[in-house]
Formats: sequence, structure tokens, C-alpha cells
Amino acid sequence: MTATAEQTGHWLDAFSRLPAADPWLKLLRERAFARFAAVGFPTTHDEEWRFTNVSRIARSAFPVIPADLQAVWPDPVRPLASAEAEAHLARYAAFDANAFTALNTALLTGATLLAVPAGAVVYQPIELSRAAQPGTSAHPRTLIVVGADAHCTIVETYHGTGAYFTNAVTEIVAGDRSVVDHYKLQQESPEAFHVSSLQAQLGQSASFSTHNISLGGALTRNDIGAVLAQGSDATLNGLYIASGSQHVDNHTVIDHALPHATSRELYKGILDGHASAVFNGRILVRKDAQKTDSRQTNKNLVLSEDAVIDTKPELQIHADDVRCTHGATIGQLDAEALFYLQSRAIGKRQARSLLTYAFAQDVVDRIKVRSLRDSLERILFGKFHEHAE
Amino acid sequence: MTTSMPLLEIQNLHSSVGDREILKGISLSIAPGEVHAIMGPNGSGKSTLAQVLAGRELYRVTAGQVLYDGKDLLALSPEDRAREGIFLAFQYPVEIPGISNMYFLKAALNTIRKHRGLDELDAMDFLALVREKMKLMAIDQELLNRPVNAGFSGGEKKRNEIFQMAVLEPRLAILDETDSGLDIDALRAVADGVNALRDPARSMIVVTHYQRLLNYIVPDFVHVLSHGRIVKSGGKELALELESSGYAGLGIEEAEEVAPV
Repeated sequence: MTATAEQTGHWLDAFSRLPAADPWLKLLRERAFARFAAVGFPTTHDEEWRFTNVSRIARSAFPVIPADLQAVWPDPVRPLASAEAEAHLARYAAFDANAFTALNTALLTGATLLAVPAGAVVYQPIELSRAAQPGTSAHPRTLIVVGADAHCTIVETYHGTGAYFTNAVTEIVAGDRSVVDHYKLQQESPEAFHVSSLQAQLGQSASFSTHNISLGGALTRNDIGAVLAQGSDATLNGLYIASGSQHVDNHTVIDHALPHATSRELYKGILDGHASAVFNGRILVRKDAQKTDSRQTNKNLVLSEDAVIDTKPELQIHADDVRCTHGATIGQLDAEALFYLQSRAIGKRQARSLLTYAFAQDVVDRIKVRSLRDSLERILFGKFHEHAE
Repeated sequence: MTTSMPLLEIQNLHSSVGDREILKGISLSIAPGEVHAIMGPNGSGKSTLAQVLAGRELYRVTAGQVLYDGKDLLALSPEDRAREGIFLAFQYPVEIPGISNMYFLKAALNTIRKHRGLDELDAMDFLALVREKMKLMAIDQELLNRPVNAGFSGGEKKRNEIFQMAVLEPRLAILDETDSGLDIDALRAVADGVNALRDPARSMIVVTHYQRLLNYIVPDFVHVLSHGRIVKSGGKELALELESSGYAGLGIEEAEEVAPV
């Protein structure tokens, strides 16, 4: 057997043991599995995966066992009916373009499918916390359909112990004029593989934000996409912190499909040790998307000589009356600022951790969920303190 | 001349940046409570002297020694110098977005207090101290809630330096061109703050290009620096002499300023 066939065999096993499902879902899984079997895991010859080698994931043969899910959805959020789910599931996270999404869809069972009714203003966040078991692979799937004029907040957290593989896909539909704030806190174990896809479909004049915080995992790959409708706005913020031999890859795609939409993107990374990171930010402005206003920023703080960052903006602009800016920086801690703090009696180690913390501060400040922001501040403070040698 | 033991004793200090020698043998003795002005044209090395005393690594000391309170100052890290009571008011205070002024100053003060064997101040006591010093420095509370120096005007930055000095209560304050970029009102306010901190137990080094500041902060001694050496020392009247005759009157030409990196 070839390597690909061997890999497929493992997943075929899991696929064939899935519980029964509605015919539409069964068909969806079959199509997705066929796709995955045809393409297999990507290699570094694939442009989208040039800097992220997933052969360790491909070689892993962890049995498929769902992560423990702790879910909170406040009233009046409710589970989606099967027919509603059918109308949306896998419409936004396209499995023909991403082998991991294909695998997730092929193994789709026990998905979290929620509806936020039109006009509802839900103050308490929808919380989805997933804990992976050591030596397993989990393929959590989430679909949240937010009705017109509704307001809601979604907080996803991922954690676990030991070595495992998480392959998560989340789809969010933000109805016309809705306001949706999404947060993802990734605190996987140091040995974990974490691959995720978040795809958001915005309705007219919808406002969507996502805050993608990547702290754990040996290897992390996040694909984040937002498709904007007329008058909508999307904010894609991210913070990635990697040390040791961690690798973290963020690929984002903002699709300005229609006119008068705004997008803001701020991704910040802090890299230490032998860590490596990738930021690839594609902004697509389609022919009809006049009056698009788009701004992208990627800033990286590199604390060691051996850390590596590959950052690449990708602007594809097919409309002529648009405003698109982008910028990327890679820098070290500011020696002047370090001396300033030291000259005020603050020890070098503490000064380094303070400045590192300060670098991340503006992403942290944008988190509107108080409890999440507080716990992230505590996590970062501890993390930087132990880093700053 | 004072007979008490000097707080600071600089002996034949040489310092370089890269292979360029900037200080070429500075000797200076400062007793407790004395205010010494260091004057000189651009490029004379006066800011370098301030930075070397505070411990900036960029400037390599190639010869000479500095005794502070009888101990080898140059062996100490910048943070240990600050803990021992040295304070540098920066010519260009650094903006640090993401760290609040209050947090920063509390961390600084408590580190120094701990070093001195004093209890750390809690949030309430710290706030009370800050309020008292704010009044003294006529500084706006709003500035303290902002990140360190971020978005401050030139005058606000300089005033914030002196405010920090008031809170940290150093034994040796080094004011590096605290007058630069200030209009006359801001200059007066800063000078008032400095004068309020004059104390028989506190020495000051006031580095300035212009005599103007010394109308407000009257020094005990004035030293004129040129090409990395002290070429003339005297009392406060030396500053006035410089004001009327200029550096050229002393036969001193201006060299190109070495920008801090």
C-alpha cells in the first residue's frame, strides 16, 4: 500500500463506523470522504501549505474519539432543526478546497448546531469548550446561524492533555444587520496538533468580528475566512505566541464580494526559541465591490535568533474605487524601552516580560468579554514571565 | 570645598561607541546636596556622560572608574543603579504603548522600596503618594492613566520625568537636557518641580546646552565640556559668562552631535 492509501485506510475505518444519520448528512459525509480520499493530506508542494508540514499529522493514527464538550447556550439560543442544518452545513466551509475540512465533514457526527433567533440580543456568550483526550483525534463541528438583527457572542476554547489531533470546523452565518463577536482561545497541549477552519458568511450590513488566540499546540494551522455582503464589516484579529519548537500558521481570506463593506485585520505574533510562524492574509476585492475599505496589519515580535516568521499579504483587487492598505513588521524588543524600564529599577527579566506583554496588549484590549480578557491577561503575564530569560 | 565624602566620584572616565571615543578622561566629584551643571555644545559628550552613569550598555567604558557612595558604580546593572538611588531624567523619554504609567511607576517604586528594606506600597497607599506628588509637579491625573509617555507632548514627557523623580526620591538625579524643547512656561514648571526636590541629601547633575535653565535651577558648580573633556569649571557665574560670550568665547567649537542609537 502507498502512504496515502495507508492514511486513507485509517480514516476509512473511522468513517465506516460512524453512527447512522439523515440521508442528506450521510450523502454529505460520503462526498466529503471521497474528496479526502482523492486528495489526501496536503504537502509542502501545495502553495497553501508551503511552510506547514503536516506529515506528522498524516502519520499519526489516533483513533477518532470526540472531544469532551462543555457547551453553554443562553436563552433564546436553540438547537437547529435538521432541515435548517441541511440548508447551511458545509455551505461556507468548502471541503473541496481543504483536505482537513473534507476529513472533518466526512467524520461529521454530534455537531453543535445552533440558531440565534432574529432580533434576539444575547448578552451572555455562547460558550463551547472542548477538551481532547490523549492519543485521540477529534473533529468537532460547529454551525451557528444568527438571525437578522440579532446580537450574540461566541467563545470557543480548545484544550487537552498529551498528544492528540484536533481538526475543528466552525461555520457562522451572520444575518442581515446582526452583530456577532467570535472568540477562539486555543490552549492545546504542547504535543497536540491543532487544525481549524472558521468560515463566516455575512449578511447585508452585518458586523462580524473574530479574535483568534493561539497559544498551545506543537503544530497549529488556522484557516479563517469571511465573505462580506453589502455594507457589512468584518474584523479579524489574532494573537499567536509560540516558543520551543512550536509552529503556528494563520491563513486568512477576506472576500469583499459586494460594495461598501469594511474589513479590519490585526494579527500579532510573539516568537521565541526555535518557533516558526506563518501569516498569510488574502484580501479579495471582487469586481462589484466598489467602495471597499480594507486594512490589514501583521506585526511580529521575535525574541530569539532562531525563531522564524513568514508573513505574506495577498491583495487581489478587481474593483477600482477602493481603499486597501496592508503592512507587516518583524522586530525585536526595543532596546531604548528596555533601558528606560531598567533605569527605573525594573529588572531586565521583568522589563522584557513587560514589553512583551505590552506588545500583545492592543489585541487583548479588543476582547470585549471581560472574563476571557482577564484570564488571557493572567495567562500571558505568566507566560512572558517565564520566557523572559 | 566640602569635606564630606563625595556621593559620586568620577575618575578619568573614558567611553566609546563602536570605535569612536566620546568621553576622553572626565573627572568630577559631587558631594551630597550639591547641584552640578554640565554644559557644552552639541557633541561635547554631556549626554553620553549622563547615559554612562545610568548604565546604558551602548556606551563602553574603556578606562577610568566611577565610585558611587564609595562603591564601584560601573559594576552595577542599570536596574541596580536605580535601586541604589540613581535617577536619569531622559532627554527623549521613550513611549511604551501597552504599559500604564501607574503600573510602571508602582513597579519601579516598590522595587526600590524592597531594595531599601521598606514595605511595598499597596494600591491605596501608592495612590495617596501619587496624588501628593502630582500636586507638587502640577501634573494631570489623566496623564498617569495613559500608557507610559504615549501621545504625551514634549513638555508632558519632561514633566513626567520629574514627576517620576519626585515619586522615586533618588539620591543622585541626572537631568539630561530637561530644558530642550520646552517653552518658557513649561520650563518654569519643570524647574519648580526640580527645585522642590532639592535636598541636602540629594545631589543633581544638570546637563544642558543653554544657560537658560540655570536661571531657574541655580547650580553650585558649572563644568564646561568640550570634545569629551571638562575644559573649565567654576561657580554659577561661569554659566552667565558663557551666556554672554558663547562657547566660542571660550575657544570651543561645536562638533557634530552623535545621535543616540
